[in-house]
Amino acid sequence: MLALIILILGTSFVLYTLLGGADFGAGIIEIFAGKREEKTITRAIAPVWEANHVWLILAVVILFTGFPLVYSSLSLVLHIPLMLVLIGIIFRGSAFTFRHYDVSYGRSHRYYTFLFKASSFITPMFLGITLGAMILGRITFNQSVGFYEMFVSPWLNVFCFIMGVFSTSLFAYIAAVFLIPEAHEDKEKNKYTRLARNTMASTITSGILVFIAAQWEGHNLVSDFLKSPISIISLAVVALLVPVILHFIHTKKAVYLRASIGLQVTAIVTGWFAIQYPVVINVKDGHHLTFFNTHAPDATLKQLLIALMVGLVLVIPAFIFLFRVFKVKE
Amino acid sequence: MEDLVAARLQMALSLGFHIIFSCIGMTMPVLMAFSEWRWLRTGKQVYLDVTKAWSKGVAIFFAVGAVSGTVLSFELGLLWPEFMKHAGAIIGMPFSWEGTAFFVEAIALGVFLYGWNRLNKWVHWISGVVVGISGVLSGIFVVAANAWMNSPSGFDWVDGKAVNIDPVKAMFNDAWLSQSIHMTLAAFVATSFAVAGVHAFLLLKNRTNTFHHEAVRSALIFGAVAAILQPISGDFSAKFVAKNQPGKLAAMEALYKTSKPAGLVIGGIPNDKEQKVDYAIHIPKLLSYLAHGDFTAEVTGLDKIPKDEQPPVLVPHIAFQLMVACGTVLALAGMLYIIFSYKWQYILFKRWWLTFIAFTTPLGFIAVEAGWTVTEVGRQPWIIFGVMRTKDAVSSMPGLQYSFFLITGVYILLTFILIRLMRRQIKTVPELYESAKS
Ligand code: HDD
Ligand code: HEM
Ligand code: HEM
Repeated sequence: MLALIILILGTSFVLYTLLGGADFGAGIIEIFAGKREEKTITRAIAPVWEANHVWLILAVVILFTGFPLVYSSLSLVLHIPLMLVLIGIIFRGSAFTFRHYDVSYGRSHRYYTFLFKASSFITPMFLGITLGAMILGRITFNQSVGFYEMFVSPWLNVFCFIMGVFSTSLFAYIAAVFLIPEAHEDKEKNKYTRLARNTMASTITSGILVFIAAQWEGHNLVSDFLKSPISIISLAVVALLVPVILHFIHTKKAVYLRASIGLQVTAIVTGWFAIQYPVVINVKDGHHLTFFNTHAPDATLKQLLIALMVGLVLVIPAFIFLFRVFKVKE
Repeated sequence: MEDLVAARLQMALSLGFHIIFSCIGMTMPVLMAFSEWRWLRTGKQVYLDVTKAWSKGVAIFFAVGAVSGTVLSFELGLLWPEFMKHAGAIIGMPFSWEGTAFFVEAIALGVFLYGWNRLNKWVHWISGVVVGISGVLSGIFVVAANAWMNSPSGFDWVDGKAVNIDPVKAMFNDAWLSQSIHMTLAAFVATSFAVAGVHAFLLLKNRTNTFHHEAVRSALIFGAVAAILQPISGDFSAKFVAKNQPGKLAAMEALYKTSKPAGLVIGGIPNDKEQKVDYAIHIPKLLSYLAHGDFTAEVTGLDKIPKDEQPPVLVPHIAFQLMVACGTVLALAGMLYIIFSYKWQYILFKRWWLTFIAFTTPLGFIAVEAGWTVTEVGRQPWIIFGVMRTKDAVSSMPGLQYSFFLITGVYILLTFILIRLMRRQIKTVPELYESAKS
């Protein structure tokens, strides 16, 4: 039962990274784009972003129902970066919608666009920083260490910053790849192709930097990585998919392209999960929070699982329908 | 500012903001589906125009509802980690079902808003119905979680820990039914009257416009029925509160001394020092009847509640009076509407009637905000009634006031933009829809 819930939590995390990530990434891509791309991006995101966004809510709900201690500890010590993630989420969703529905193209349109781009950048940055803090292990629940040590230094460091850069690059990369088949004209397609290659390069670079930065901050991520066969396999999958994706970018085969990037993102997240499984939050004093020492009683897990199962039965066909109506028919 | 005060204000602000959009999100899909159904049945263009004009506004409100809801799901932890540490496992069940309902809602909404030209008409209509059903269900699930805070059940509290957790019992706690009915009706009352009020206001400028007339009609059918049922359901809630949280009832009614029989206090300003209500109207025996269904029953006053467990009186009392006042006006408006549309339809076109409906625009939402203030402030000093105090649940991070200022700034900005956006949307309606021109 616990394993199944962890699996669903992982899946919703992967789907949020992929689908929500593509939506945030599109905002980052827009920084490098013009009016025509803005239209394509709006057309691509508008019908699906709310549904994509619910994967995050699902992950949060699973976390506070199934693993209340993880949820409450995270929200205590990572209050500041999480608050910034939230500000990003508020402005991204509302600025995007305001821009889409506001009839005028005047000054307010430019403000919305600015907010949309800025918040599309802030959210993945601080999500990455938050994840970084969960990995790095500077978190402490000992109030006596003082404000800075408890609430700031766990996330304000080089490693977490690089994690932020990595997430941001990853989201932009996913978006660029997803946008290639959305464009109608070749000139625009070529633009996304170029951006996809560049963001792929920056994702790989920052991915390598993550390991170096961990070493620099005194957390031996490489040895943790080498200890976990699943992580090694995942990395191999990620690496093998690089030439495959470059090929599909070249041939512009929409379905294969989306499937392979989906697989690649799954492998990245799986690799991270496997490195530290079953630990969710590394804690300074060594009393790490794991899936096993934080989960809710069985009665709760059972009800959670029932709700999730009913949800899956309803949601998966509905999701397929949504994507068929808006993504395949074109 | 004290951290506890900042956290409470932030929670109240975020919930008070979100609840407006959730009411709209629960009601508008139903109104739109109704209007679209009339179009499908009669083929009259005006119904389609109304549906389409509404759906644009709904898309905007829905987005703000979704992001402000996301904020809440994080804030429960950011502000009240001690509460969520224990409560998460107990009330997670309604929240998990709510998650499911949101998913269905968000997907169906995407289909509804963007599928006009891509789908069969009836498939499109059904997607609207699905949005409505899942919206109402998600509202009921969250309210069940809040009801549990008022009426905790489904666990045993041993040495500061919850054991023997039974999530099903926790979800179907004693308060969930009365609160859910009352909240769902409230959403329909508030949104329907607000929508009808705005269209009535526009009708005042041009009283023969069919577009606005049909919009008022569709909205008021739902608003009137819900507004008439609301006081009945409110009475049901009040009886439950009298039994379950006598301290809250005493605060709502500003009943300082236990009385048998107890009179109803209308209006007035509670005076904590002298333990009486200044400038109020007293109706003998009525409170005994309203609280317990018996004109001679004893009603518990604040004197029977230990000092350190008493809620504040001023805020719940005034908020309660405000809710009931708005509810009375709206129920009256609902009854008049039904009578006029059966017997004297010409009145519905009269200037004074349209002015009256335009005046009701904010009343429902004022009642919603006031009602929640009664529920939440009246529960103080408890966060989980009788189990955990609010001050023990708050985050131990210093400087919570900065989050509060930040969120306040963000919500003020959003409100400002939303008002401008809606005014612009309304201005363009006559340009977009033929039926709205004259
Ligand atoms: C359009 C909105 C609206 C209207 C017209 C009314 N209410 Fe209300 N009321 C609410 C909207 C609301 C609410 C905001 O939805 C609350 C807050 C908690 C809840 O479940 O509903 C609420 C709570 C609430 C409670 C507290 C329940 C609790 O703490 O558990 C009582 C006793 C009443 N109401 C009673 C009434 C009465 C006697 C009304 C007679 C006219 C009335 N309400 C009209
Ligand atoms: C949506 C409508 C709601 C509104 C407008 C609302 C309003 C409020 C207000 C005014 C307060 C502050 C109380 C005070 O200052 O004394 C508060 C507190 C709180 N509410 Fe609600 N509430 C709502 C629903 C809920 C729901 C559904 C929950 C979730 C389960 C919830 C959880 C809390 C918590 C945890 C606090 C802080 C502790 C406290 O002060 O009681 N509320 N809310
Ligand atoms: C009584 C109080 C509440 C009611 C009636 C209510 C109802 C709703 C409804 C109907 C929606 C659908 C979106 C919309 O129509 O705009 C919504 C959105 C949302 N609500 Fe609330 N809500 C309440 C309080 C809360 C609380 C306390 C939380 C946090 C735990 C919360 C979390 C959410 C989330 C995450 C969403 C976004 C879902 C999406 O993307 O569709 N809500 N709420």
